[in-house]
Amino acid sequence: MLVNRKLILAHFWLAFGVFGIALTLGAWQMFIRSPIGTWLSNPELYYRSLTAHGTVMGYVFPTLVAMGFGYAISESALEQRLVGVRWAWAGFWLIVAGSVMAVIPIALGRASVLYTFYPPLIGNVFYYLGVVLVVVGSWVWVALMSVNLRVWRKAHPGAPVPLAMFANVAGSYLWAWTAVGAALELLLQIIPVAAGLKATIDAGLARIFFSWTLHAIVYFWLMPTYIAYYTIVPRAIGGRVYSDSMARISFILFLVVAMPIGMHHTFADPQVGAGFKFIHSAFTALVALPTLLTVFTICASVEIAARLRGGRGMFGWTRALPWDNPMMLALAFSFVMLGFGGAGGLINMSYQLDASIHNTQWITGHFHLIFGGAIVIMYFVIAYDLWPHLTGRELIDIRLIRTQLWLWFIGMIVTTFPWHWVGILGMPRRMAYFDFADPAIAPQALSVTLSAIGGFILLASGIMFIVILARGMRAPQVDAGPYRFAIAVHQPATVPVALNTHALWVALMIALTLTNYGYPILNLALSEGTSVPAVYVGAQ
Amino acid sequence: MSTRDLFTFSNRHFTVGVGITAAILVVTAIAGFVVLPFAQPWVQFANVWDAICSAAGVPQRAASVTAPEQTKRLSEVVLTSRTLSRPSQEAIGRGATLAQRCAICHGPTGISRADSPNLAGQYAAVIYKELHDFRSGARTNAVMSPFAVNLTDQEIADLSNYYAYLPRLPAYHPTPLLPKPNIVIYGAPMRGIAPCGACHGSLDNKTGSPWLEGQSEVYLKAQLQAFASGERRNDISQQMRNIGRAMTPQEIEAAAAYYASQPPDVVKAVD
Repeated sequence: MLVNRKLILAHFWLAFGVFGIALTLGAWQMFIRSPIGTWLSNPELYYRSLTAHGTVMGYVFPTLVAMGFGYAISESALEQRLVGVRWAWAGFWLIVAGSVMAVIPIALGRASVLYTFYPPLIGNVFYYLGVVLVVVGSWVWVALMSVNLRVWRKAHPGAPVPLAMFANVAGSYLWAWTAVGAALELLLQIIPVAAGLKATIDAGLARIFFSWTLHAIVYFWLMPTYIAYYTIVPRAIGGRVYSDSMARISFILFLVVAMPIGMHHTFADPQVGAGFKFIHSAFTALVALPTLLTVFTICASVEIAARLRGGRGMFGWTRALPWDNPMMLALAFSFVMLGFGGAGGLINMSYQLDASIHNTQWITGHFHLIFGGAIVIMYFVIAYDLWPHLTGRELIDIRLIRTQLWLWFIGMIVTTFPWHWVGILGMPRRMAYFDFADPAIAPQALSVTLSAIGGFILLASGIMFIVILARGMRAPQVDAGPYRFAIAVHQPATVPVALNTHALWVALMIALTLTNYGYPILNLALSEGTSVPAVYVGAQ
Repeated sequence: MSTRDLFTFSNRHFTVGVGITAAILVVTAIAGFVVLPFAQPWVQFANVWDAICSAAGVPQRAASVTAPEQTKRLSEVVLTSRTLSRPSQEAIGRGATLAQRCAICHGPTGISRADSPNLAGQYAAVIYKELHDFRSGARTNAVMSPFAVNLTDQEIADLSNYYAYLPRLPAYHPTPLLPKPNIVIYGAPMRGIAPCGACHGSLDNKTGSPWLEGQSEVYLKAQLQAFASGERRNDISQQMRNIGRAMTPQEIEAAAAYYASQPPDVVKAVD
């Protein structure tokens, strides 16, 4: 039962609205530093745009999708009205206020520090305060998810928590804890300097705090996608979840091992000891485990659907799948992009292999393929799937939806494959301008041009997505019925308490954070002479 | 079974979950802190504890290495957000009186007729740093050094505030405006040269960098050549020396001629 549809729709529309703006900026950035654009002679405008793109795509857009989807899951999976609707609206408006507060200094060129902050670069204090408000707004959601599950448990003592809600709450706990790193960086390090209370900053310590957030945030972005894999796709294509327990174990593993691995982002940083880099590298390898479990379980679930539809043979059943179903299409695209992106990720997490691609365009290609590709394409179909239930109107443009998904997939491949390639050739990231007339990089001009064309394909697909949803608001009314999630082959009657609650896994997550981050943070925090003068953006 | 029963060793899930996690942690820690440090034949450790400390990143002071002796003085200027903030009218007035002895080269209105830098409207931080460097000997000039050597900290701050306060007048002999050369707006990325305009105006300004519009072409050229030859060395971290060394003579000519041709009132008003 979806009662608070306006609340969920507000989250989705704000998410996709800011997504459209940031996508346009992204396509412009691809164009302006490619050989087909004329250089605008002002790198500051480029970094201004890049900061806006990253801040929206990294903090605002996925957080709003996770929140809106989370409220929908809470109401429909638990079949209980959302508790704390006023708080939910307060969280939403905090995010609106934070986004506006952050975007104004960015637009004025006072906060061109990129979304990863890059201390000792310091921008206008309102930019950071805006980001803090967005995070605080999302913590309201975390609390509400926990409260709603608790209320449901009281009414259903001992009953298995529905898989979608179990995963949703796991995602919210992961976010609550992983956001603490960036919050510490902002509150203890950056904001005092930006507010003029201090003139020096411990850039190395700030980077460690940020790595605490920066890797696990990806798994927070990934959660809605994985929830869709397990609880929407099998239902939408007429199959069943192969194993409910396997799904729970995957989400639990994300909770435990997504967190203590962020230092593989700081392999090139001298302030981190090599021993800790090794531990983080090893734990990063472990995070492939829940993804491999998921790929196996979902392939098995899809096979069930195919065999129910009369599929035969070792691989022949794949022909029996409903390929005209947008959900099936999106799943296949998502898996292909997850496969390539994941393979690239294994290179990033290996200390020695990372050395050859660290800080190159390979990295930008990698996280666009994983996040923009594998994750966001599932956000699209989550919206398509929920829309009739939220608006009470049918989405009639199925052909357009398929075209949109195809374009997003093609666009993402065309954008990110050449991007990886020029990274291997050594092209650095975060550059506003490349002189392709120079013989040394002239051979990369073709790859970069292709990449920019991919950017425009993505822009076209993004516009189609928003048009489809907007048209869906005016389509003929239908009764979409209650929103349902996929059921497992063996629906659990009882679940062991360890797989029905999060406490043990949250405890392990916090314990591993202490073992893997405790010493490096204390070491820098207590050492003298580790701070450097701040560099103020736009100051004279 | 309730949550309370979860955290007991009689619960198999608890034992297995915690056990596997702890085992992985211990194995990776032994590998990262003991096995791998000793696997590096080019590093010698006194004992296991030494290796563990090294892998953990404990700061170590190498006792045998002494800092190389500094033969030339380096810039020692420290600028904080309060150094030059909000000058009083009196401070500017004191600066004006002191500036009378500068006028012989830098002009009575801060515009030079002698190929010395124009100071009218220059950023206070820039004048502050250069005067300090002349006084300490980090920068030397046969004419300028004797003027600076007896200045007090207060006098340097007053002079900086006075010149920053003056309006940016057009140069004495303005030349026709030249188009922006590549070195100013693009730099030369393949030789590690950032665009001049990224710090010195035209594109952006960075703290401590002077704006250059309308400065003497001869002066700009001489400074770039002095940086290239290492004769001038008061640039912290060698950024201007590295750029000067990598620039071609043609680029030095082009940059100097371009900035000399620009009217100073186009300087980006950010201060």
